[in-house]
Amino acid sequence: MPSHSPSTIKRPPGSWRQPSVLPGFRLTFGLSVTWLTLIVLIPLATIFMKSAGMGWHEFVQVGLSNRALAAYRLSFGTAAVAGLVNAVFGLLVAWVLVRYTFPGHKVVSALVDLPFALPTAVAGIALTAIYAPNGWIGQYLEPLGIKVAFTPLGIIVALVFIGLPFVVRSVEPVLADLGKDVEEAAATLGASRLQTFNRVIFPAIFPALLTGFALAFARGVGEYGSVIFISGNMPGRTEIAPLLIVTQLEQYAYNGATAIATVMMLASFGVLLALNLLQAARRRRYGA
Amino acid sequence: MTRRRTTTEGTAARRLLIALALAFLGFFLLLPLIAVFSEALKQGIGPFLDAVTSDDALSAIRLTLLVAAISVPVNMVFGVAASWAITKFQFPGKSLLITLIDLPFSVSPVVSGLIFVLLFGAHGWFGPWLAEHDVKIIFAVPGIVLATVFITFPFIARELIPLMMEQGKDDEEAAISLGASGWQTFWHVTLPNIRWGLLYGVLLCNARAMGEFGAVSVVSGHIRGETNTMPLHVEILYNEYDFVGAFAVASLLACLALVTLVAKTVLEWRFDIHGSAKH
Repeated sequence: MPSHSPSTIKRPPGSWRQPSVLPGFRLTFGLSVTWLTLIVLIPLATIFMKSAGMGWHEFVQVGLSNRALAAYRLSFGTAAVAGLVNAVFGLLVAWVLVRYTFPGHKVVSALVDLPFALPTAVAGIALTAIYAPNGWIGQYLEPLGIKVAFTPLGIIVALVFIGLPFVVRSVEPVLADLGKDVEEAAATLGASRLQTFNRVIFPAIFPALLTGFALAFARGVGEYGSVIFISGNMPGRTEIAPLLIVTQLEQYAYNGATAIATVMMLASFGVLLALNLLQAARRRRYGA
Repeated sequence: MTRRRTTTEGTAARRLLIALALAFLGFFLLLPLIAVFSEALKQGIGPFLDAVTSDDALSAIRLTLLVAAISVPVNMVFGVAASWAITKFQFPGKSLLITLIDLPFSVSPVVSGLIFVLLFGAHGWFGPWLAEHDVKIIFAVPGIVLATVFITFPFIARELIPLMMEQGKDDEEAAISLGASGWQTFWHVTLPNIRWGLLYGVLLCNARAMGEFGAVSVVSGHIRGETNTMPLHVEILYNEYDFVGAFAVASLLACLALVTLVAKTVLEWRFDIHGSAKH
């Protein structure tokens, strides 16, 4: 059997990939790269090219206007808060699913993926029906002075719904793979259960928790369908950045829409980059 | 077996944690699901049936099925090809390719729609050329398909790459050295190995393709009976204060989500798709 470890085989001159007996590299690689370029890369590049073509002054005027800045603050702020809520409760749910058995375990585990499967618009109108001032839960919160729908709190509720499975599914496998032996060692050495969690378990699952948070956060920043029904969409107060793009488009303000999209995308790519660096650091540390 | 008290929590703590987790899931996941069906059937079965069998609803259902029927197979071919290239060969720039495939996940759905408006819209780069040749992409079905393909682009590749990475290439190399052609190897060796993972990816891809809202909303133009998908129809009915109608159509989409979840669970449970974690 031919070995494929990079150090043992020298590439033949003129070829940039390792030799293999398997066929189909040209076909599958060519197809993937062509399709990727046509469907993803060229369309995404138009955003930056249009931004570059519009001139700094115009870009700043719309992309960094007060209304846009308020929208970014709202989108990034609510996504961060929802991500934190999900980090806490997602860890709890993952813990309960991995460590304990209880009736209905399988159903609960399947239910966690509901936000991945339920169309966002459906989630949006359902959450509004629940949290509107006359809604299922909203009618009991209203007398207490708590308004959920049509406030930033409503946006957070929608983003908690959307982001939960990202955290649970990131943490679950790591928690399941964590050997009992380290916990036993900690207990043998006299650690209490809480100490074992704080000093042994939590550091081991923290990178996965951070990954889950980052995924939920990135999704929350761009989320549209589940938010617009519950948010109320008041400019400067409950208008999220994706909605502002749609508003600009409806007024045929393509430059404005592009400028806002560019700022959002740069921020999202920053999160993606940070996430990849984090994973690389983690791999180096654990040698996996 | 003796219970090791030291590596688990006491009964009371365990019950409290389970209760907290279930309460959270009940409020945030189960309640919205119940609300959809309950609001849809608020005025009985009659108005529900009227809403889901109206001409506009039927044409929205047809369009949603059409869009999924195009975008899922397209992404299936791409996903299999990309996974083959990435997992069976060593080449520089591989991790960059994987990152680029994941790119649509980190783009807001609204931006995913916007990029196609900038390309093919009336004021877009190809707009004048398209108008001259009488081709309509934006505010028409092709735009909806394009946006959906973009949104669901990573789904299948993302399921297949880890699976095929784990399976390695020994089976394929054996088949080739025994004289099988590339296609024979793919159909008789690779495909049977990856079919459940592929089905899993198709399932998730399909759920997203049928349910996509933001991207489709930007490129569709919301023309009733023509460019309205089911999620867009839900929005229109809701904004017209036809709540029973909106929730009725929404409940069809919720059924799709439930079917997806059940099929997904069965696949995970019977075929151990995520491999070694459970061994």
